[in-house]
Amino acid sequence: MLNLKCPNCEITADETDLHCDGQAHIERFGTGASDDDLETYLFMRHNPKGVHFERWRHVFGCGKWFNVARCTVTLEVFGTYSAQSLVPPKSLINKIKKKRPEWEGFVK
Amino acid sequence: MKRYSAFAIAKNALSYHQGWERAWAKPQMKKEYDAVIIGAGGHGLATAFYLGKNYGITNVAIIEKGWLGGGNTGRNTTIIRSNYLQDPSAAIYEKARSLYETMSQDLNYNVMFSPRGVMMLAQTEAEIRGYKRTAHANKLQGVKTEYIGPQKVKALCPIIELSGPRYPVLGALWQSRGGTARHDAVAWGYARACSEMGMDIIQQCEVTGVMQSRGKVMGVQTSKGNVKCKKLGIVVAGNSGHLAEMAGFRLPLESVALQALVSEPIKPCMDVVVMANTVHGYMSQSDKGEMVIGGGTDGFNNYTQRGSFHHLEETVRALIETFPMVSRLKMLRHWGGIVDVTGDRSPIISKTPLSGCFINCGWGTGGFKAIPGSGWAMAELMAKDEQTGLGAQFGLNRFQEGRFIDESVAAGVAH
Repeated sequence: MLNLKCPNCEITADETDLHCDGQAHIERFGTGASDDDLETYLFMRHNPKGVHFERWRHVFGCGKWFNVARCTVTLEVFGTYSAQSLVPPKSLINKIKKKRPEWEGFVK
Repeated sequence: MKRYSAFAIAKNALSYHQGWERAWAKPQMKKEYDAVIIGAGGHGLATAFYLGKNYGITNVAIIEKGWLGGGNTGRNTTIIRSNYLQDPSAAIYEKARSLYETMSQDLNYNVMFSPRGVMMLAQTEAEIRGYKRTAHANKLQGVKTEYIGPQKVKALCPIIELSGPRYPVLGALWQSRGGTARHDAVAWGYARACSEMGMDIIQQCEVTGVMQSRGKVMGVQTSKGNVKCKKLGIVVAGNSGHLAEMAGFRLPLESVALQALVSEPIKPCMDVVVMANTVHGYMSQSDKGEMVIGGGTDGFNNYTQRGSFHHLEETVRALIETFPMVSRLKMLRHWGGIVDVTGDRSPIISKTPLSGCFINCGWGTGGFKAIPGSGWAMAELMAKDEQTGLGAQFGLNRFQEGRFIDESVAAGVAH
């Protein structure tokens, strides 16, 4: 079972207390966007075999959103951080790079 | 290839069954093929089979990183049905179901197709309306299915508890020609037939890259060396996103783990397949007597081929209400498979931005039932190089065009 530390309330919660809402840092497009941009925003997903950045919500807790960096193969959690970030924090990226030298880096 | 028959068994008995030949060859990979298919699961092997059978393309290699049929083909709960809501899905799943009916004869390999009937329980008012709608749609599509009341449910499946308390059984969608088949045998039967046509099944060979030049596919790099090809079919279910990345395009897919479990073998007690979508559980009895139980998917992307324990608990807890006898059963094994889920819960059988490269993926939680139909459509796509026939509506462009084949409401969780 996944255990994630909610950066909002500092509580380490079980996966059953949380809800995952998929890929984080998706660029949003609205009216006037091109077909390609709208399709990418709505449907295209990274779905990597490895490091994945995703949105989680502490539903049975503080109720707030946060972001998680996690490996989809080993389920290793690299860290959690505020949902109010456009890109993952530098320190977290460096930490992942140190653990996974073959990782190509964060791609939006 | 020697034909399998009762006579062959009698004849081989005289030589103490030492004279059986290998079911499929173990060839060396050639330098070049007309078509390469990545993934020797049910869908990949079926694609190769129909490329040969329907279009005469037999210079084909099927490359598999593990062993054939070792992915989701060997990990599913073997349910076959075709009562889908939308026309394109009903057409392809019904084609698949009808091909299952004659598969043992067509392949000369016993796939143990058992049309025992599939029942999808309606346990809420919304489900009653949904299934009645599906039954009407199926009537128009020519798919034989019917909506039945709780008394008929009880008559067909006496071990069921109708009264709830949480989720009473209010009725069901019943497809009497649906059923199950031996999942391994489907892969083995296709593999034997493909091998017989002269195709090369290369196992233990992982694709590490896709070679391309000027927007056209040239071949693939593998752990056993490079191989050139004119056409490339990617049929790798949960790993589609990974392969697409190598080929240089993205897919509207997310991979999640779907779990199943199996009980100790018991005497025959249930001769239909029952799916309960509201409570995320489905169950049938295998020929060995085990109760085969399918559960839900994990709520987050993963590639672990196992699932979260709490999902197992939820599945079993829900099943105990509908089938009280399950509470006395010991569970023998549980496992997970990686399923690739699209936004509209319908598959992708499509050309890709890379010319000569085709993809068949997105079958999500319900791929096994579609194997022959999927192979049929994918072979047509690869042979003709145009989006036509059974797979015509399943192109990647449907997401951009907003032309969804929406089965997410109709299919619920179980698929």
